[in-house]
Amino acid sequence: MILVWLILLPFIGGLLCWLGERVMGIKFPRWVALLTMLLSLGLSIMLWMQGDYSLAQIGTSHPQWVVEYQVAWIPRFGISFHLGLDGLSLLLVVLTNLLGVMAVVCSWREISDKVGFFHLNLLWNLGGVVGVFLALDLFLFFFLWEMMLVPMYFLIALWGHNTPGGKGRIHAAMKFFIYTQASGLVMLVAILGLVFANYASSGVITFDYNDLLKAHLSPQLSYLLMLGFFVAFAVKMPVLGFHSWLPDAHSQAPTAGSVDLAGILLKTAAYGMLRYLLPLFPQASASFAPVAMWLGVAGIIYAAIMAYAQTDMKRLVAYTSISHMGFVMIGIFAGTQMALQGVVVQMIAHGISAAGLFILCGEIYERLHTRDMRKMGGLWSRFPYLPPIMLFFCVASLGLPGLGNFVGEFLILMGSFKVATAVTIAATAGMVLSVVYALILVQRALHGVPNAETHPVSDLSKRELVMMLSLMAILAWVGLFPQTILNTSNAAMHNVQQIYQSAQAHSGAGTP
Amino acid sequence: MMFTHAQWLALLPILLTSATAIAVMSAIAIRRNHWWNATISVAGLNLALISTFFAAYWGAQMVTPLLVVDNYAVFYMAMILVMTLATATLLHAYMSGYDGNKEEIYLLLVLSSLGAVLLACSSHLASMFIGIELLSIPLYGMIAYPVKLKHALEGGIKYLVLSAVASAFLLFGMALIYSQTGTLSFDGIAVWIHAAGAANGILLIGAALVLVGLSFKISAVPFHLWTPDVYDGAPAPITGYLATASKTAAFAVLLRFFIEGGFYRYGSLLDVLTAIAVASILVGNIAALFQNNVKRMLAYSSIAHMGYVLVAVIAIGPLGTEAVGAYLLTYVVATLSAFGVVTLMSSPFNNERDATLYYDYRGLFWRRPYLTSIMTVAMLSLAGIPLTAGFIGKFYVVAAGVDARLWLLVGTVVVGSSIGLYYYLRLMITLFLLDPQRRRFTAPLNWAQQMGGYMVVALMLLMLLLGIYPQPFINLIHAAGLIAG
Repeated sequence: MILVWLILLPFIGGLLCWLGERVMGIKFPRWVALLTMLLSLGLSIMLWMQGDYSLAQIGTSHPQWVVEYQVAWIPRFGISFHLGLDGLSLLLVVLTNLLGVMAVVCSWREISDKVGFFHLNLLWNLGGVVGVFLALDLFLFFFLWEMMLVPMYFLIALWGHNTPGGKGRIHAAMKFFIYTQASGLVMLVAILGLVFANYASSGVITFDYNDLLKAHLSPQLSYLLMLGFFVAFAVKMPVLGFHSWLPDAHSQAPTAGSVDLAGILLKTAAYGMLRYLLPLFPQASASFAPVAMWLGVAGIIYAAIMAYAQTDMKRLVAYTSISHMGFVMIGIFAGTQMALQGVVVQMIAHGISAAGLFILCGEIYERLHTRDMRKMGGLWSRFPYLPPIMLFFCVASLGLPGLGNFVGEFLILMGSFKVATAVTIAATAGMVLSVVYALILVQRALHGVPNAETHPVSDLSKRELVMMLSLMAILAWVGLFPQTILNTSNAAMHNVQQIYQSAQAHSGAGTP
Repeated sequence: MMFTHAQWLALLPILLTSATAIAVMSAIAIRRNHWWNATISVAGLNLALISTFFAAYWGAQMVTPLLVVDNYAVFYMAMILVMTLATATLLHAYMSGYDGNKEEIYLLLVLSSLGAVLLACSSHLASMFIGIELLSIPLYGMIAYPVKLKHALEGGIKYLVLSAVASAFLLFGMALIYSQTGTLSFDGIAVWIHAAGAANGILLIGAALVLVGLSFKISAVPFHLWTPDVYDGAPAPITGYLATASKTAAFAVLLRFFIEGGFYRYGSLLDVLTAIAVASILVGNIAALFQNNVKRMLAYSSIAHMGYVLVAVIAIGPLGTEAVGAYLLTYVVATLSAFGVVTLMSSPFNNERDATLYYDYRGLFWRRPYLTSIMTVAMLSLAGIPLTAGFIGKFYVVAAGVDARLWLLVGTVVVGSSIGLYYYLRLMITLFLLDPQRRRFTAPLNWAQQMGGYMVVALMLLMLLLGIYPQPFINLIHAAGLIAG
């Protein structure tokens, strides 16, 4: 039941925000949203403390869930409201709720218009994402996967920025929505294809994850269905070629929207691959792996170069996200235990570091009213706190040892080296580029001579400092003691790896 | 011919609807009073709706060779009556501003719904033709009801001419079918087709012509040309009726004709329907992209939706029949709410034009948040987004398509609904944009107190309920299956 509350809380809180605003004024929704997210965060951390996630499941290809909840929903199609929690979903739920708190806090001053409705959308989006991480029924998964896009659409379309020269926030929101929704439909077809194929062979119509794991599919069908899932995840991730919505969406979205997008929404795609793509279609994934991994490499390099070329700070950070998700892609399809563990760490570390960078972009924008780096320069002499914090997140993003991103990238590359040497070498070369774009950000924005017309600007407030410092502390903690996270996700990743590795051996793929 | 009790009971919805028509006519003859006439028609329709519960009590009944009242018929009759009731409640608020005679529109509405109800039960080409004519002829009057308005008249005449053409096709098709099979009843035709084995050219042409006639009614491409103009010209509640009740009735009979008549055995007919479905989805969705008028946009989008329903028709099988019912139900609920909002925005009628331009809706959220949320949910539902009814409908259609391995059609549905997102979202976001100060239309402040307001709120709740907990409805639809002939 606690899982249901994890999903329901944000929904209820969001409704309260909207309905309460008229009566109680605009401060009310902010506090309600903050309390809701803190409560959810507390709940999820409590789950972490109480549950035993280190359960080894060697030899069982059937996943076990630490907490599970199931009620019948649409028996006609064997659909149930089935939630389950293992180490992987727990970590991502904690991340979601943590960044949810940050998203509420960082829009405290930024959003002053339609506050109640803003928080309704923000919280519903977060609730949907949590649901995606918990769903164990493919219908429910798809339901939430699509549903969470609507609030995101509103966040971008109504509270976004119209950057000069850009096509405007509504255009960006529309693009985001159509890309993700259309690819989602392809996944719906694939889900139904899987369900009916399973129906044909077993005579039972069901959308349940545990049952569909046992479906017998012909290799050809399996490959097609896998591609259907892959398209949806590739758009959300985003993989090179499917990515064009992301920079637009980020550059127009409000800060909270960007935090949400980069920190959490992109992770749903990686989660989907780990939870559904590999276990449901291990053989097909294994034979597709070389393509996927090279797409990852191409994404790393292309996005890094694009990031370097940006003048808009937020677009730069947006491209770095694509680049970082390339590593995640490689790690997932490499499929060794070490690589998969690296993927988990990378997801969390990137979620936090990207969120931090986006919040900083928002803070700079609030003060200077521009995100154009050509108009910045010399920020170091104008703020005491902001520049060092910015430097911290930049070096985190380039993978400085001691911070979370390093651990993630290192484990991914180490783990992938054996199965995909060429890919790993190319990806490592891509890491050099990440240094270039991270430092150019520091160089252009922080260093140099202050802009001529310097009007006095206030430095970070206490609220902002607390927010940034806690993100920094968590990032350092992930970097220095990754074992806590690794222990939690170990069993879940081991499970994926078991299923996938036997398929890899079987198909003889995995050595491109 | 003596009817048994069960047959009388089965016939009750039709009898009560006919009685309502007579009652309304007499009431108008005695005294013109807008409220009284509206109330009489609503009361009569409600009785008819309640009687549908009893109609199926004794199981499927064959009432004369023309009509069959089975679960399928009862399901569609109930749906049609609910839609008619919704239209009647909307009409009351809307017509209060009309400066001509207000009362006859209720008479026309009830007569038209009688035709629709007949169609739901029709199992014979003769009753099919009577039903279609009874459905359409009052509609000419309803569309052109504000006779002093040019575009309403234009719409009425367009519908009249094209309906007449469709009827001609229909009649010719029926004649060809009769020439081969020597029978007009669906069962008889099915038996003949089964016995004949190989395809028969003249019979095929006949069936194709019948399909063409029905395609006019459901406005499938390439028989859709009347749709946008008629939608635009007709008074908003009537457009809602045209988009829902009339199309549902046409689909109910089309599916029965196709399945019980045994025509699904002909692959070439399926190919024709496939072409029509693909064309409807693509043309409807693409044309809707370029509209700046809510009614015209909904007209083109309804063409696309009819294409989706055709996919379910082509899928045949029990799942296909179920998907047709499910999709029509979700489409109807969403479309009625959309037209409900348009009607409330335009009520009372200003004797000039309805609130149809996107501009009229700009910033509505900041003036009427609840009305806007209804329109938002309706748009999301039409776009097929989860949490709303439309998603369940789309899920059903894709499921039926995948189950029947209709990959071309499934692909078209995916492409079509991706295109569709754009124009639904465009209207939806308009509602939330900054409010222009100069405005012509705004729903009366007490809109929720009026019957129409209640009705639209109920529709929204139904949309959400269907989206979140569809199982009870699925049970209903599941029970309303057809037996293939």
